[in-house]
Amino acid sequence: MANDIAVVIEHLEGKVADISFEMLGKGRELAKASGGQLLALLLGHGVKGLAAELGCADGVIVSEHETLRHYTPEAHKQALAAILKARAPRVTLVANTAMGMDLAAGLSGSLGWSLCAYCRDARLTDGRLTAVSQIYGGKLLADADVEGPSTILSILAGSFPAEAGKAAGNPRVEEVPPPPLDKPRIRFKRLIQPEAGDVDITRQAVLVSVGRGIQSKDNIPVVEELAQALGGALSASRPIVDQGWLPKTRQVGKSGMTVKPKLYVAVGISGAPEHIEGMRGAELIVAINTDPNAPIFNVAHYGVVSDLFDVIPLLAEKLKASK
Amino acid sequence: MNIVVPVKMVPDLVEELEVDATGRALDRSFLKLRINEFDEHALEEALLLKAKHGGTVTVLALDTGEVDETLFTCLAKGADRAIKITGQFQDGVSSHAAAAVLARVLGSIPHDLILTGVQAADDRDGQVGILLASTLDLPHVSVVSGVEPAAAGKAVTARQEYAGGIMAELEVDLPAVLGIQAAREAPRYAPVSKVRQVMKTQKLEEVAAPAVEVGAGSTVSRLAKPETGGRAEILEGSPEEVADRLVAILAERGFAKR
Repeated sequence: MANDIAVVIEHLEGKVADISFEMLGKGRELAKASGGQLLALLLGHGVKGLAAELGCADGVIVSEHETLRHYTPEAHKQALAAILKARAPRVTLVANTAMGMDLAAGLSGSLGWSLCAYCRDARLTDGRLTAVSQIYGGKLLADADVEGPSTILSILAGSFPAEAGKAAGNPRVEEVPPPPLDKPRIRFKRLIQPEAGDVDITRQAVLVSVGRGIQSKDNIPVVEELAQALGGALSASRPIVDQGWLPKTRQVGKSGMTVKPKLYVAVGISGAPEHIEGMRGAELIVAINTDPNAPIFNVAHYGVVSDLFDVIPLLAEKLKASK
Repeated sequence: MNIVVPVKMVPDLVEELEVDATGRALDRSFLKLRINEFDEHALEEALLLKAKHGGTVTVLALDTGEVDETLFTCLAKGADRAIKITGQFQDGVSSHAAAAVLARVLGSIPHDLILTGVQAADDRDGQVGILLASTLDLPHVSVVSGVEPAAAGKAVTARQEYAGGIMAELEVDLPAVLGIQAAREAPRYAPVSKVRQVMKTQKLEEVAAPAVEVGAGSTVSRLAKPETGGRAEILEGSPEEVADRLVAILAERGFAKR
C-alpha cells in the first residue's frame, strides 16, 4: 500500500544483521507517521524461520528460492523489485552495507524511485519525507526534501537503536515466489572466511588504531610503541590496509572488523562513517587528529587536536616510565 | 579486455568544508577538489588487469572543474585514453544525472568492464556506478577487492567484502560494472615530472555531455556540521601537558599507572 513502510532484511549465514533491527525500529516510527503497515522483506532459501525474529513488523513478505540461497546483487534486486513494484510502499529502508548498497541504488535505478543514501535519520511530516544523509566523510549532514510517492533510503549502521526493532511477536507471513531468473549474470561461487591473523583484534581489551595521519609506513612503529606501552594491539583504518602497510586482519570498520575494546585510541584517523561503524562500541575512546572538525571527535570521549608526532611518542614514553 | 574507469572529482576532505550563504550547498569559492580516492583504486585495478591480461584502459570524467590535471595523471599512470565530458557541471552534479550522462557517452566507447570507485564523499543520491549499471542494464557488484578474468574472458571473478572480513566470490558476466573498494596493490604514484611530460605530449579527448533530464529526486534544504551532544572533551595545552593529562585519564581507568 502507498503508505506502508518496507524494510529489506539483511542476513548472512542464518543470522539477521543488527542493522535490520535498527531499520525495523525506525520503520515502526515511520509507519506510525504514515498510517501504514510495517513490512519486513525477507529473501533467501530456507529463511522463513527468521520471520519469528521480526515481530516488530506487521507483516513479513518471504521470498524463497534456490536462486536466492546466497546473496547476489542481481537475483536479490530482481526479486525485491517485483515485490516493491506490486506494493509501492511510501518508504523502503535498505542497509548501506556491501549487500544493501547494490540493492538500494539498483532499485532506485530500475524502479525509477528517488534515493537518499547514507541516511542517519528520516522524518515523515504530513506525508512529506525528509531524509538526513551523512556525507563528505561524515563531516556534513544534508537534510533533503524527497520527491515522489515512493522512496528508497539507504541507512548507515549505528543510526538507530537495534533494541527498538527487536520484538517478539507473531507477524503475518506471506510467501511470494520471485520472478524466474533463467540466466543469471552473477553467480555465487563461495564464501571466504577471514584468515586467522596473528592477532584477533576483536578480542583485545586495548586497541591503538592508526590512520592516514601516519603518512608513511616507516612511521608505524611510532604508534606501535604506544600500543606496547598500553599492553594492547595495533589496529588500523582502511586506508592503511589498502596501502598494504598492515594486514587486513588489523582493519577496523565496515569492511573490516567490528571491535568493542575497553580502550580505543584513534591516532590520525579522521573518522569516516565506515570506520566509526566498526569502533563506536568501545568503552573509552581517545582520539588524536590535527583537524579539529574531524568526525572522530564526535564519538571520542577525549580528544587531542595536535600533530600525532608531537604527542604520541611522548605519551608512550610517559606510560612506559610509569610502569 | 576494454576497461573503462569513470573518475570523479570530490572536495578534498582534508580541507575545511564551508557551507555557503544559502545554507544548502558547499561554498565552492575556495573548494579544493581531488580525485575520489576509491576511483584511484578502480584505476589501479584496471591498470593491473591490463598489465597482466592485456587490453585497454579508458578514463572518463565529467568536467566538474580541475579535471584536466587528474586526467593527465591517469594517462601518466598508464591509461590509454582520457576523455573529458564537458557541460554545466561546475556546481556539482547528482549521481543520477552523472550516471545518465555516462551511460549515453559509453554508447560510443567499447567497454567490457567498467570499474568505478565503490562510493564517493558526495554521492548523496546513491553511487554512480550502480546507477550506471542500472541504466545500461548491466550486472553490478559493489565493495569489490580483487578482480580476475574467468570463463575464457567472458566473465570476471570478483570478491565482494562483507563485514567481519568475510568475502563472497562471485562470477560476473561481461560486460559488467564493479564498484572497487580496494585494488590488489596500493594505487601507483605518478611523479609530477611525468605528468608534465604527458601534458606536453598527449591530448585529452573532449565530448560534449548529452542533455539528460534526470535529477537527484530530492532537494537539500539544509547542509550543516553534525550537532552532537557527545562530543569529545578536547585536552588543551602543550604536548607535555596533554600527555600528562592522558596518562592521568588512562591511569584513573586502570590502563596505566600514575
